[in-house]
Amino acid sequence: MTKFFAASTMALIASLSAAQAKTDIQWWHAMGGELGAKLEEITKNFNESQDEYNIVPSYKGNYVETMTAAIAAFRAKQQPAIVQVFEVGTGTMIAAEGAIYPVYQLMTDNQEPFDPAAYLPAVAGYYTDTSGNMLSMPFNSSTPIMYYNKTVFEKAGLDPNTPPKTWAEMEEFSKKIVESGAATCGFTTGWISWIQTENLSAWHNQPIGTLENGFGGLDARLEVNGPVQVRHWENLKKWADEGLYKYAGPLGGDNAPPMFYGQECAMMMNSSGSRAAVVENSKDFDLGFAMLPFYDDVEGAPQNSIIGGATLWVLQGRAPEEYAGVAKFFTYLSSPEVQADWHQFSGYLPITTAAYELSQEQGYYEANPGADTAIKQITLNEPTPNSKGLRFGNYVQVRTIIDEEFEAMLGGSKDAQGALDAVVERGNKLIEEFQAQNQ
Amino acid sequence: MKRVVFNNKFLPLLLLAPQLIITAIFFLWPAAQAIRQSFLREDAFGLRTEFVGIDNYTALFRSSEYLNSFSVTLIFTVSVTVVTMVFALLMAIAVDRLIKSEKVYTTLLIWPYAVAPAVAGILWWFIFNPSIGILPYVLRQVGINFNWIFDPTDAMIFVVIASAWSRISYSFLFFLAGLQSVPASLREAAAIDGAGPVKRFFTITLPLLSPTTFFLLVVNLVYAMFETFAVIDATTLGGPAQSTNILVYKVYQDGFVGQNLGSSAAQSVILMGIVIVLTVIQFRFVEKRVAY
Repeated sequence: MTKFFAASTMALIASLSAAQAKTDIQWWHAMGGELGAKLEEITKNFNESQDEYNIVPSYKGNYVETMTAAIAAFRAKQQPAIVQVFEVGTGTMIAAEGAIYPVYQLMTDNQEPFDPAAYLPAVAGYYTDTSGNMLSMPFNSSTPIMYYNKTVFEKAGLDPNTPPKTWAEMEEFSKKIVESGAATCGFTTGWISWIQTENLSAWHNQPIGTLENGFGGLDARLEVNGPVQVRHWENLKKWADEGLYKYAGPLGGDNAPPMFYGQECAMMMNSSGSRAAVVENSKDFDLGFAMLPFYDDVEGAPQNSIIGGATLWVLQGRAPEEYAGVAKFFTYLSSPEVQADWHQFSGYLPITTAAYELSQEQGYYEANPGADTAIKQITLNEPTPNSKGLRFGNYVQVRTIIDEEFEAMLGGSKDAQGALDAVVERGNKLIEEFQAQNQ
Repeated sequence: MKRVVFNNKFLPLLLLAPQLIITAIFFLWPAAQAIRQSFLREDAFGLRTEFVGIDNYTALFRSSEYLNSFSVTLIFTVSVTVVTMVFALLMAIAVDRLIKSEKVYTTLLIWPYAVAPAVAGILWWFIFNPSIGILPYVLRQVGINFNWIFDPTDAMIFVVIASAWSRISYSFLFFLAGLQSVPASLREAAAIDGAGPVKRFFTITLPLLSPTTFFLLVVNLVYAMFETFAVIDATTLGGPAQSTNILVYKVYQDGFVGQNLGSSAAQSVILMGIVIVLTVIQFRFVEKRVAY
């Protein structure tokens, strides 16, 4: 009997102390390496700043793996409270009503101060519904910029401080670089889909799809086979044949950075989020930064570029006290100090105006020339329906189709018009399938 | 003669139980799930489910990408199997003739088998990389532009080599063991009767090797069709323009990356059908011709 008492008293004490212990909140993310270490540092600081909640970050692999894991966990009712989802997964997440807890609602339900206007419009707009409500919390956003090799520019007889502004100059400069033997190729690029198709469209104020690029509803369809896009793909094919441009592979274009670091190609268009890596690997030459080139005869160009990267989504089905903690954590995460620190460390965009201003005050952009190219480009103009982003279901696969059709065009089995028509036709089939699944 | 009889009816079941349970949990149950899922249309989170009959299947056979994946898989599987077996046999014959250094060569030749497929994929990715790889560099010196990033043929050659490489070791080991069990007296008798080395190989060694060859044919075909996922994922990702998108990789792409569970399930059911047919053909028809 005494033993029984002792045991039950122990159990009681244990349960009491458990109630007093911090509430654990799971956060699944896709940040490996140095970014992952920084992310853990941020959560550690938050956990130490208060004694009610404990954010537990877990690395779940790349973006696709993280999203797949979270969806599978949701189906098995083991979902984390917070999951990091990349921008092309946005369509899938928004359509999952009942599975997601929109951020604006989470913040209101938990009486956390939350002002959507504090976020950069180009960033927040991507994750806002048609009534202006923010659905997920921006975390790491980037946009493509151009990196160029000043040393090669000098060798080719070009002014190292005048990067090409237009595609016509891009062609002219590349020719000079190749003909002078300063480098074997003019330029390369990561992300045919994100940079040379989606951002090209936004930058020239051309639609990617109907209904405001899909923001207006599930029955939106692609229309990325417009004259500007066709002209650009045609040019890329021509420049690839002339040796001015080198294709770097599907998805992110894994071969683009080595070709740029090895001084094979003099210019590279890639994510501003890779700034730190590019600086680190470009010690053999002088590095320059520039905005994306544009066609100066297209009306409305340059407009503004669109973002990539990821946001934090809150999933339904956890205990209420966890959501109170998530709301507190999001407030902490978007504070100017935390944001400015994350932005300066990673090269991702500062997601709030306050964080941008704080970085300016701290003199970060003077000490790191080129670090503000991305933010200048994304805020160049007020976003239009064509340039605030895109939102389609099954978009991960649509991006694969863009790569495949681009490769088919490079291989010579299709012309630019045929390839982009096929992107629209095949992509719309997937988007229709998604619509059928979600209605 | 005395026969041992177990009267206990439960003992055999009990002894079989672990294997039966494993089969049921890891094979039968998922297979049943896949068949069920293949008739459904569902969003990624499983919030809305709709029965669509055979729609997922008809959509597949109307899709030119899926039909293309069939022919890609056929070319890929046959190439990997042929390359693997020819090279393995050549090496086994070469090593079989060695007397002193046989052990050393055998050890060295089976090393690649210990390398995980994903790691092998990355190694070959470095070797074949058009910008930083050593092989395209060497080929450029002799005037060949090898670029698998946008040339479908080069990409196919690349994944076949990367997939066959570690498999050669495995097949080599079996061929070597097979060769060593061919009685030397038979070959000597034939030699005395005036048969040359080539004749001896084709009329004596090869027929006696047929059980090994048959076994390797089966395992290599199955390997090439179903286990090369990691190599494709680490190298071409099925590209360029789907030219190396084999059936297994497509199941992953559509199901895991694309979250299109219905279509992915339908594809895996079709794959299951292929495995069943292959197994029946191999054991029914091919096996009869093999001299054990």
